[in-house]
Amino acid sequence: MLHLILFSVFGLICAAAAVNLLVQSHPINSALSLVVVMGSLAVEYLLLGAEFVAAVQVIVYAGAIMVLFVFVIMLLNAGKDERTKGSRVSLFIGIPGVTIGSVLMAWVLITHSGTRSVEAGALPGDPRQIAQLLFHQFLLPFEVTSILVLIAIMGAVVLAARPEALQPTEEKN
Amino acid sequence: MTLGTFILVSLVKILLALFVLLTAVAYTVWLERKVVGHIQNRWGPTRVGPFGLLQPMADGVKFLFKEDLTPPHVYRPLYIAAPMIAVVFALTSIAVIPFGNWIAIGSIYTPLQIADVNIGLLIILGITSLGVYGVALSGWSSNSKYSLLGGLRASAQMVSYEIALGLSLVGVVILSGSLSLREIVDAQAGHFWGFIPNWNIFRGGQFVAFFIYLMAAYAETNRIPFDLPEAETELVAGYHTEYSAMKFAMFFMAEYANMITVACLASIMFLGGWRGPVFGPEILQDVLPIFWFLLRVFVFLFVYIWVRGTLPRFRYDQLMAFGWKCLLPLAIANLVITALVVALRA
Amino acid sequence: MVPLSYYLVLSGFLFACGVTGFLIKRNIITIFMSIELMLNGVNLSFVAFAAQWHALSGQVFVFFVMVVAAAEAAVGLAIIIAVYRTRETLNVDQVNLLKL
Repeated sequence: MLHLILFSVFGLICAAAAVNLLVQSHPINSALSLVVVMGSLAVEYLLLGAEFVAAVQVIVYAGAIMVLFVFVIMLLNAGKDERTKGSRVSLFIGIPGVTIGSVLMAWVLITHSGTRSVEAGALPGDPRQIAQLLFHQFLLPFEVTSILVLIAIMGAVVLAARPEALQPTEEKN
Repeated sequence: MTLGTFILVSLVKILLALFVLLTAVAYTVWLERKVVGHIQNRWGPTRVGPFGLLQPMADGVKFLFKEDLTPPHVYRPLYIAAPMIAVVFALTSIAVIPFGNWIAIGSIYTPLQIADVNIGLLIILGITSLGVYGVALSGWSSNSKYSLLGGLRASAQMVSYEIALGLSLVGVVILSGSLSLREIVDAQAGHFWGFIPNWNIFRGGQFVAFFIYLMAAYAETNRIPFDLPEAETELVAGYHTEYSAMKFAMFFMAEYANMITVACLASIMFLGGWRGPVFGPEILQDVLPIFWFLLRVFVFLFVYIWVRGTLPRFRYDQLMAFGWKCLLPLAIANLVITALVVALRA
Repeated sequence: MVPLSYYLVLSGFLFACGVTGFLIKRNIITIFMSIELMLNGVNLSFVAFAAQWHALSGQVFVFFVMVVAAAEAAVGLAIIIAVYRTRETLNVDQVNLLKL
């Protein structure tokens, strides 16, 4: 029962924040609602027992990636969105279509997906077991992603630096 | 333990921890003014109470009754939310910090810790990384150039030094094989060579990591010599330039609460937590570990203040170069060597 | 006890919000955030299915998704900064020329 209550509360917060991301016109409000989405998702992970994933979600997503977003919004001083005029087709066909589609999908998932019910903390994702998997079974993907991150860092530096900053300078003090 | 007693015990612990933390915050401010005063050949606060001991209360009353100004050009929702975000995340991280051993009160046997979780270290890192939002948003929403510069600097600095901070702690995690703060302390029990305690800083050879942690922690809490986000001489007051009264006090509280958290974490990770000589009657045996823990925290806070009274401020490019080109490679080297030693020993 | 399908519905909803945001938003940063929202929705279903099949590899996969998302965010934001520097706009409708 407690599980269902917690799931619904944080699920509702999550969904509301996701909708808020769409509705807000200023990017910083969208960014903050995305942080709320990520925080409540971390709670959902905890409910499923994935404690390590929940902690990493907060550290990496909410604490690093979104800070980067907020930082760039501040740096570029991004203003309000200019709204382009919505087309009439999207108003009369798109919105009902999306509503019908999502209701259908939810109905199929709830009645016909053949999934079980899970208890709170169904699969404890203990850091030790995750590490076992990560450094034995998934060692190659792990190393590949680390190279990917390295390339990404260098790419980001090259892209974001001013062109003149990358030229080798004659004198360096 | 039934659910009812569990909730009751947890509530009592939360209230107690919050009360102690907030009092500690107030008196750290007093200590700072006093110590920096003596370093600079002044007296510090002397008028309110003996040795100025009631000064924090006078300050609190002043903050409460000052006019709460909101400049007209700010972005109100975030301007109001920012200090709250800062103070909430600063106070939350106390939840997983263990202050001492298990104690028995009547029939209730409970750890001196609000929540004993097996990913305690990750939770602390996560919560402190969320604290950046308070600073960044206050800088942005104030809509003034000094605040914006302070906020930008703070977010860049905190994100950069978080990496060195985290990496310096990984060595300890490898040594104790756990992310639970209680188990990390338990792994540091005992002595070697007869008298040297088994702390990670000695036994584990985490000496370098300890200093990396210390410096990264200074940057993380925006303290001198890394207090660029609020550099008074160039940015007025940095990210909290536009704040007054209670909202300003919240930033102040957040900064000092963060200092205390960082000091607690340092003593847990490197200095054996509450380990220390325990003797005497039973009641003393219960109290002494807490005393040893608080003593370590006090020493850290004192060093914080001492450094503030001694060192000048870095330049911003020096700060970034120091973090990325010096601390980070050192932390990685320390991590690799620790891992090698542990692997060879096993 | 919560049926796993509820988690899947939530995950699908987040993904749909992400797609919608990607389509209707004009600010390049918000578009980018919508992609992160989609990734988050997918992550939730990974964790939910891990609980269904009692296999931790689902949680490990979430970890990989996060790492790739972090790399993507770093490069993407660098590109956004570079675009802003040359075009002085964040509106994707105005970034429609290959050459200035």
